[in-house]
Order: sequence, then C-alpha cells, then structure tokens
Amino acid sequence: MKLIIATIRPFKLEEVRAALTSIGVRGMMVAEIRGFGTQSGHTEIYRGAEYAVNFVPKVRLETVVPDAMADQAVETIRKIVRTGKIGDGKIFVLDVGAAVRVRTGETGEDAL
Amino acid sequence: MKFNGYHLMAPVLAALPSTGLAQGTDAAAELAGAIAVAVPTDLVFIMNSFIMLIGGFLVFWMAAGFAMLETGLVRSKNAAMQLTKNVSLFATACFMYYLVGYSVMYPGDAWLIDGVFGRLGTAVLEAVGIGAGAADDYGYASTSSDFFFQVMFCATTASIVSGTLAERIRLWPFLAFSVVLTALIYPIQASWHWGGGFLEAAGFSDFAGSTTVHSVGGWAALTGAIILGPRLGRYKDGKVVAMPGSNLPLATLGTFILWLGWFGFNGASQLSLSSVGDAADVGRIFANTNAGAAGGVLAALILTQLIYRKVDLTMVLNGALAGLVSVTAEPLTPSLGAATLIGGVGGAIVVLAVPLLDRLKIDDVVGAVPVHLFAGIWGTIAVVFTNSAASLGTQLYGIVAVGAFVAITSGAVWLAIRAVIGLRVTGEIEIDGLDKGELGMEAYPDFTKG
Repeated sequence: MKLIIATIRPFKLEEVRAALTSIGVRGMMVAEIRGFGTQSGHTEIYRGAEYAVNFVPKVRLETVVPDAMADQAVETIRKIVRTGKIGDGKIFVLDVGAAVRVRTGETGEDAL
Repeated sequence: MKFNGYHLMAPVLAALPSTGLAQGTDAAAELAGAIAVAVPTDLVFIMNSFIMLIGGFLVFWMAAGFAMLETGLVRSKNAAMQLTKNVSLFATACFMYYLVGYSVMYPGDAWLIDGVFGRLGTAVLEAVGIGAGAADDYGYASTSSDFFFQVMFCATTASIVSGTLAERIRLWPFLAFSVVLTALIYPIQASWHWGGGFLEAAGFSDFAGSTTVHSVGGWAALTGAIILGPRLGRYKDGKVVAMPGSNLPLATLGTFILWLGWFGFNGASQLSLSSVGDAADVGRIFANTNAGAAGGVLAALILTQLIYRKVDLTMVLNGALAGLVSVTAEPLTPSLGAATLIGGVGGAIVVLAVPLLDRLKIDDVVGAVPVHLFAGIWGTIAVVFTNSAASLGTQLYGIVAVGAFVAITSGAVWLAIRAVIGLRVTGEIEIDGLDKGELGMEAYPDFTKG
C-alpha cells in the first residue's frame, strides 16, 4: 500500500476527487493548509502598509491506495492539478506498513 | 439642533402657523415664510416631533454601523470585545446624557456660567397625554422627541472613539472615559453652539455637527491613541506592520448602515418639517448627504489606485464616511456638485492622512481620526464656500475653541484614568486577544471547538 500526499491548489480539489473516484480510489482525507515551496508567497497591502504573505493557502489531500494503483493515482492527480505555473504543488508517495478497517477488523489492502 | 435656545421666541412662534427653525438661515426670512404658509399649530408640533423621531432612530442605527465597521476591521481575536464596547458605550452615553448631559447642553436661560456652562440636572420629559397648553413648546415640538434625537448624537460621539483604540484598551477604563465624554465633554461644547452659548452668539455655523459631534469624537480618539500607545508589534524597525481586519464584508455592511443613518443625522437636523420650505430643505439635505458620501468614495477609490496601484477597500469605506462627515457641517446650501466635491476632498484627506498617522506612530485601527477629526475640520471650513452667512474667521474660531477644549479635557481624563486604574491590557492578553483575556468569550468559537 502507498500513502499519496498531494498539496494542490484549493480550487482543483473537486476535480481531483472526481477523477480519483472514477479510477477506483475509495477514500481520501483533505485538510486546508498553508505552506510555501518555490512559489514562496506574495505581497498584499492593507491601509497603506505592504505585507508579505509567505504561506500560501493549499489543500493537502491524502489517500492510501493498493501498490498497483499508486502510479495511476499519482498521474491522475498530476494531470488535473497542473496549470504549468509556479505553485501547482507537490506529490509525495510513502510506503504504508499496515491498515485496519475499524468496523470489521479487516487488514491490509482489504481495509482500504 | 437648536431647541431650548428658542424658548424665548415660543410665544411669538405659537401665534404663527410654522416655525422653520432651520440652522444657518435668516430668521427674518423664516418668519416671513412662516406667515405665508397656513399650517395649523397642532400639525407643526406633530410634524416637527415626527421628523426628530425618524431622525433619532436612524441615528440610533448608526451605532450598529459603527459596531459592524469596527468589528470587521479588528482581528477575529478581538471581535467580541469590540462588539461589547460598542453596545456598552451606547448604553453608557444614553444614561449619562439623561443624568447630566441634556441639561448641560440645553440649559435654556438657566446657565451656570452664561454661554459657557449649562445647568446640572436630569432630563425631564413632558407628562403623559398632554394637551396643547401643557406642552413645553407648543409652537415647535415635544421635549421627548428632542431628547430622543439629541441623545443619539451624544452616543454617536462616543462611538467614534472605540474604533481607534481597539485591540489594546481595557473595557472598564474605556467606559470610564465614555462616562466623562458623554456627561460633560460633549454636552459642554455642544451647548456653546446648539445650546445657544458663545459660539452661537459668535455666528459659528455647524449644521449637524462636523465639529460639534465628529471632531469631538476625533479629538477624544486622537488623544486616547497617543496616551494609550500603538498595538504591540505595530511599528517595527521603522516599518508599519499591517494587521488586516478580520471581516471586510462586515466592515462594508457597517459603512452602508452608517451611510443610511446619516440621512437622519443630517436630514433631521433641519429640526423642522412643518412648511413647504422645510420639506424641500430636508429632501435637499438627504440628497446632498448622499452626494458627499459618493464623492468621498470616488476620491478614495481613485487615489488608492494611483498611490498603491490597487484599490484599498478599507480606505474606500473610510472615504465614504469622510465624505459624510465633510458635508455634515453644511448639507443644506451646497449644490449636488458642490456637496460631491466637499465629500471628495474629505475622501482624499483620509487616504493621505492614514499613512501620515502611521508615520507618527499613532495607531488608529479603523481610521476614525482622519475620518471624523480631519474631515470634520475640513467640512466645518467648507461651510464658507456655499453659505454666505458663515465667515472663515468664525469657523476657525469654533474649530479651535472646541478642539482645544476637547483635546485638553479628554487628554487629562485619559491620563487620570491611566494613572489610577491603567488603560492597557497586559502584553499577554493583547497577544492572545482581548476576547479570551478580558471577556473569556470568543466571537467565533466554532473554529476551535468544532
């Protein structure tokens, strides 16, 4: 099993959810986060005072998928969230040691 | 805004069909006009009382405007405290004005110091269900409607102060200041003009209170901001640290509410709706008040675009209010174009004054000092452009007399409160937010408690 962590532009979330669901991803977790990478923020102005917004709002999407589906899921996310401009986000893939479905006690990929 | 000052004329006016007590107008022309129009005295009494009640509840609604504007411009950790201050100061003003303020402001003939300090005593209304003979001023209007209208102006003055000092002043010291402001400082200087005191005698002209209301609040806010000091971390290494407001939709709603309330503030300051002339004048004041606000918005819109390359909504909102304050000293005589221009200059003043105050390290959270003090001074001067009865010298005399009195007295009160009980919250509470530290309550608890 792989844990896929994707930081994406917030407005792309709904599209990503629909695409992942259509290829068989059965669940995901999302959180509104702030962060920076290459984009490293921008400046705003309030009542004559400029200030830097270093942390940019993003959505962090996490999903655990069977090994066989990982590459396809990563490619699906990348294809949808890519705009070609700085700030498109990053995708990380991690190995998952175990998974348990609380209701039934199923483990491993059966629990996904 | 004259009422008791005309008691001497009451017998004359009672015999006449209409009163037309408009400010800044020629008394002889008023009387001539009054003779020409046959309105029954009962109707004069009813309509004059009516316009002040309408105006009174519109001005009351400005308290909601101030509360929303200020809450929108503070950070969310101080929102509940800002709301608390707004509702508390309003009630404080209502109580103090009843207890002392109204008598100090309108002593009639019973001045303690002639033309300078009025009478001490509570406000007393007419009895229940009076007939014409028992009215305090049958030829004009009911005392109750006058009191109701006037108390709202007093509360408005106090509302102006709270925004400037937001996010760092403790509740009770702030209310202690509001007590003195609404019981004495505001009524004393208002008696000089509207109560028939020495500024009235000198010919000072301030229709609905650019100086008498707005600058007074502005001076009290300015002295308070200097004595209280800026918010922690506001000025760092020679730079201004932006502390963006939490809710600009709320600030915008507040501005629109104030804009609406201002029609009562200026329109009903005609104090009379009992002749054709009055009706036309009130409509004219409504239209000019609106034009002034529009002028202020447009000036701030264009100026912020030019200076900062992007429009700053909060300054545009300030621009609307500065436009309104600017036409308040004379909303009757300008043409629509002149009212727009007067308001536009007010809007420009705000855009230029906000960064200026920051350079002086005077931290005015909502911009009340530029809006109410600077635009108030401008509006009081601008009277001379459209009202030939006003003179520049007398206008400046009024501005300086009121300004010096309010700056000195409110400065002294701020210093006294600071010395006795202190003004500021602790640094820890300021960082955590006044909502948690002072109130133990948050404006938006769902964010943290689910």
